[in-house]
Amino acid sequence: MLFAPFADSSLLGSVLPAMPFFSAYYPADAPDGSFGIGCHWHHHTPPNAILKVDSMMGRYLMQRLLLAIPTVFGVTVLIFVAMRVIPGDPLRSIIGEGQIYVLTDEELNAVKASLGYDKPLVIQYLVWMGDVAKGDLGYSFWQRDRSIADMVIRRGPITLQISIMSLLLAWLIGLPAGIVTAMWRNTPLDYVVRSLVTLLMAIPNFWLGLAMILVTILIWNWRPPMELVSLWESPWKNLQMTIGPAIAMGVGFGAIIARMIRSSMLEVLREDYVRTAYAKGLPSSTIIVRHALRNALLPTITLSGLYLGATLGGAVAVERAFSVPGLGYSLIYAVQARDWTVIQSLVLLFAVAYVIINLVVDIIYGFIDPRIRY
Amino acid sequence: MTERNIGQARRTLIAVLAAGMSPFHKVLGFMRSSLLGTVAMVLFIGIVCVGLFPQLVAPYDPDQLFYTYLKKPPSIEHWLGTDFIARDNLSRIIYGTRITLLVAFVSVFIGDVLGFSWGVMTGYLGKRFDLLTQRVLDMFLAFPTIILALLLLAALGAGLYTIILAIAVIRIPGTARIIRSVALTVKSAQYVEAAEAIGASRLRVMARHVAPQCFAPLFVVASAGLGAAIFTEAALSFLGMGVPPPTPTWGNMLGGVLNELFRPPWWLVIFPGMAITITILAFNLLGDALRDYLDPRLRGRLD
Repeated sequence: MLFAPFADSSLLGSVLPAMPFFSAYYPADAPDGSFGIGCHWHHHTPPNAILKVDSMMGRYLMQRLLLAIPTVFGVTVLIFVAMRVIPGDPLRSIIGEGQIYVLTDEELNAVKASLGYDKPLVIQYLVWMGDVAKGDLGYSFWQRDRSIADMVIRRGPITLQISIMSLLLAWLIGLPAGIVTAMWRNTPLDYVVRSLVTLLMAIPNFWLGLAMILVTILIWNWRPPMELVSLWESPWKNLQMTIGPAIAMGVGFGAIIARMIRSSMLEVLREDYVRTAYAKGLPSSTIIVRHALRNALLPTITLSGLYLGATLGGAVAVERAFSVPGLGYSLIYAVQARDWTVIQSLVLLFAVAYVIINLVVDIIYGFIDPRIRY
Repeated sequence: MTERNIGQARRTLIAVLAAGMSPFHKVLGFMRSSLLGTVAMVLFIGIVCVGLFPQLVAPYDPDQLFYTYLKKPPSIEHWLGTDFIARDNLSRIIYGTRITLLVAFVSVFIGDVLGFSWGVMTGYLGKRFDLLTQRVLDMFLAFPTIILALLLLAALGAGLYTIILAIAVIRIPGTARIIRSVALTVKSAQYVEAAEAIGASRLRVMARHVAPQCFAPLFVVASAGLGAAIFTEAALSFLGMGVPPPTPTWGNMLGGVLNELFRPPWWLVIFPGMAITITILAFNLLGDALRDYLDPRLRGRLD
């Protein structure tokens, strides 16, 4: 049975600064309820075991893929239901009461028929699924000439780029901080860095973004550009736009990484094999890097994957703060405009991306930690 | 015995003693166990009091307009300045505490009660029920939480009740999973077997034997969840999907700044954000300290 320390990725959620239970109870998938941490892949896998692992890996992959299918199905149903059945039916609220001009019933029916909403819900759902399967995400509800797929292709890269940059930045901050605090445990250095980490975890990322914009405006009278420029068109302009959100998000996640690496390092440093390594006279740098860090990094790697999955869609508030024309901003714009074809497509996209990344993380985890049995 | 074992024994002893102490002594014991936790507790109580009785602390009414002070920086009359329509920033932040705490506490309570019941049931009943509900959980877990909240709010409309509901819903799956894992370990304990052997009904075993064992982890999860809920509420309000504007919340106060992309007044950016940060910080620190105190087994894992 797999124990992927962060299989319950929900906790990652919106990539909150306040997400302390990552480290508290790891999950959940272990039937004995054991904690996921403490990954010590110390013993080498004997060569003949590798083949065996491969076939098991195949089975495991199949199992994960099969489990993902009902999940994705459920996701689509949930989105569909949220968009059509729940009170506040988009069509009604858009065209119905409380507006200057209220459509007559015939006009409403005509609109419905033209959009295909006169058909039963099941048929509507199937039509939607069919379109999605063909890669056709449809058009904006308000601007019928704006293809959602185009929007995703234009804006998606910015969001992806910000996610990846913030992840890199987080590692750049979190890795050294985590190692330093674990190695010099309970020294003034440890206290200072940990206080900083605790503080950074409490700062909301979107507010950090607002404050950064404020500072650049007040000091240099400059604010990050807001128009869409891809990295290869104009790298400099693109970086000006993306670096801010990347910092605002990366700092908080870096703090989480630092905290996790510290705790898993401390865990690993207590292990017998680390003591053995010391006893046989290995230099401590070797012990830290080869024995301790290598094992301590596993949960953090998993978490990073999930972070990437969550920020692909979850960077909404930060993108809004910087007015970055990414997918998150499109989503919030669509929500405010009640452009529900855009909402349902984007939410579906985010959810599917998240599911796929979770899947990939689980699989990668199986590769990097040979002790996991499927 | 190594140092580590002694430490563990001591912590276990503290936990055992704590179980039989009066509430007052528990608080005292907690305060003795952690200075930082005590500071956080005092802050926490302070914030809750401000949230309960804002009228005692706030210098003005949050909706009162001061026409001669339109968008003015901090001054003696208005310590934290005034906003776009000349309302007192400090008073609005103080009144904003109320909504923030209300949303955080109620949504975490609802979400965790439901998640807890669900977790205990899936963990204890297992089998087909478990398999089925796990798939439902997977479905909810497939969304980044803020996206799920946005989806719900888009469907239900923004407002106090809907934001509470949305934050409660996004909490359920996480809590359920964690509690399930605890319930799974408890399930195989001897006293549960014993209870089953003497013919206790499944409901009774769940309620009397399994659930109580899951309370400490629930408490840890919930205390950590408060900080997360405050963040989520602030982010959603900031995006205009929370409690709508005339009512002050820290999130929608920050959202108001978005209209001034090129010259945002600094006092309207800095102070509400500081309120959020300090509150989340206090809640997190208190949660950490309480977790160490209540569940000492976890101490070494975290700090």
